[in-house]
Amino acid sequence: MSTTTTAVPEKLWSGGKSPFKVEYGKLMMWYFLMSDAFTFGAFLIAYGTTRFATNGWPNPNEVFKSYPFASENANAPLVFVSIMTFILIISSVTMVLAVQAGQQMKKNAVVINLILTIIGGAAFLSCQAWEWNHLFHEGAWWGRNPFLNADGTASTTNFTNFFFTITGFHGFHVFSGVIINIIMLIMTLTDTFEKRGHYLMIEKAGLYWHFVDLVWVFVFTCFYLI
Amino acid sequence: MEHTAVAEHHEGGKKEVIRVTIILTVLTIIELALGFAMMGMENQRLRLAIKGAIVILMLSKAFYIVGYFMHLKHEVKNLIMTIVVPLFIFFWFIFSFLYDGNSFKNLKNTYDPYKKELSTTKAEKKEEAKEIKTDEKKKAVD
Repeated sequence: MSTTTTAVPEKLWSGGKSPFKVEYGKLMMWYFLMSDAFTFGAFLIAYGTTRFATNGWPNPNEVFKSYPFASENANAPLVFVSIMTFILIISSVTMVLAVQAGQQMKKNAVVINLILTIIGGAAFLSCQAWEWNHLFHEGAWWGRNPFLNADGTASTTNFTNFFFTITGFHGFHVFSGVIINIIMLIMTLTDTFEKRGHYLMIEKAGLYWHFVDLVWVFVFTCFYLI
Repeated sequence: MEHTAVAEHHEGGKKEVIRVTIILTVLTIIELALGFAMMGMENQRLRLAIKGAIVILMLSKAFYIVGYFMHLKHEVKNLIMTIVVPLFIFFWFIFSFLYDGNSFKNLKNTYDPYKKELSTTKAEKKEEAKEIKTDEKKKAVD
């Protein structure tokens, strides 16, 4: 039985069956995500190139040191962003559980895990909205950079431009992911997948959601850590 | 045949998710610990080494997310190849673009004394920042 995946892979190309052994929609989702990876990769490499071409750069630990309900001169670098990171990782885990429940045709488990995933996504978006708002009131926006370089010299607006563009693009992905998950939830509740006999749609939504988490791993490292 | 493959997978499915979650959490905590350790560190070489370690941790996190959460590790080899091989272009992409950026910086520093001077004199932008801030507050009040 399991020989199909291991023993004779060359037969996959002999025609008559899918050489990828996934359905059309899932394969296309993979290709879409690959192209999206190139988009994000291009953004991040543009950021890296600009950083390599600049003498000074603001210290992220000075820029991102606040958190909600903190006092004016709070100094807690990395704390808030690590909470955001964990929120996204956990929402990715609940999405995996939703996908697995879907494979086992357990409708209730799918619903619960999808709701948890949606809550996680909404929580992440709220955190990001707070952070953008906070930075905006510090005077940072596209074309405006109130922060100095780490060595005390004047900084360019490249820092804020790249930050808002890339985290904004990622945030938009999170937003559309939440919308997709809400649609999946409605479809599950209306028994669309039960009638169809499979929950493959959840798997595709899951792929997208994990990709959003994956991109955050890179964005988080490039902007907050390095 | 497909059904047995799926059923086989269910046995260890939940355990695998828990295992990968723990791995991802631990890797993130190590990343954060390195980030905290790097704060205020003067030794530039050590900083660079820590940054390299963080990048390696980042890539291993990406491997676990794509491999296990996105299930790519359990797909057919053909599918893995069609997704992963095109991404190898990033090796060239990262190397050459960062090299180019660095070279551009060196050229500017050598041939553009104004720029060089600008980027080595201490600025007093804090005042201006505060002005913008108060401006914003005024706008908000208005």
